[in-house]
Amino acid sequence: MLFWTYLASPPSEGRIAQVMVMLVIKKQDYEALRKHGEETYPFECCGALLGRFDSGARVVEQTVRCGNTRTDRPQDRYQIDPKELLSIERHAARQKLEIVGFYHSHPDHPAQWSQTDLAEAHWLMCSYVITSVEKGAASRTNSFVLLGQSEDEKRLETEEISILEVTEVQSLCH
Amino acid sequence: MSLNISIPSPLRSYTGGEDVIEVSGKTVGLALESLVEKFPPLRKQLYTEDGHLRSFLNVYLNEEDIRYLQKAETAVVAGDTISIVPSIAGGGAAKTLRWSSVQR
Repeated sequence: MLFWTYLASPPSEGRIAQVMVMLVIKKQDYEALRKHGEETYPFECCGALLGRFDSGARVVEQTVRCGNTRTDRPQDRYQIDPKELLSIERHAARQKLEIVGFYHSHPDHPAQWSQTDLAEAHWLMCSYVITSVEKGAASRTNSFVLLGQSEDEKRLETEEISILEVTEVQSLCH
Repeated sequence: MSLNISIPSPLRSYTGGEDVIEVSGKTVGLALESLVEKFPPLRKQLYTEDGHLRSFLNVYLNEEDIRYLQKAETAVVAGDTISIVPSIAGGGAAKTLRWSSVQR
């Protein structure tokens, strides 16, 4: 796996370029965020991804479910209460983690970012994971990273999702 | 008087990776000004060209959103913490996309 190759030896510039746009997530966390979308169907779910930035890749250590404050049209909009975000940031800091991304679902809609997603995305270098939920069942999950130096230049680009089996994580810890 | 400003992860590249910066100032606005004086490239990230705090940034003084206090004029005391929290929102309705044209 590319990510492990990177860890095992000093990165060359080429390797850095290869891992620049990647989300690394444990299988149980990946399944948890997809399940969240099924549970809130036909409404959108949303949550935060906590972890660390590793040479441009975002490595998820925890997922945190959030409430959707867009009760006026929860079927196609989501918003996380900033006060809840503040609590999550503090929770992350206590564990020496950072917010590395967010996730939400698109009920009966493709797992592709919308113009609304881009307009409302402000966490540069963070991942935005979108799961399409079709008739209540999670289908495609895609991840996009918000790149650019400022609001004026921001863009969402597709990134690879590297899903780790638990055994792989355990072996890394030893 | 000194107080801390908590920096969100997307802005830490402008503060040398630091998540908390000690600043000075008698109001929230002056404390933020102290922050951008320390890290000038942050100004463009926090403020519009006409000097207004960007609308998607939520600023908290301890536990309170400054929009519900006196905004930038809100007085601070030593030991307070100011937190900058970019908003997070979005949603589907990409009506230009067709199910048949995208990978599911």
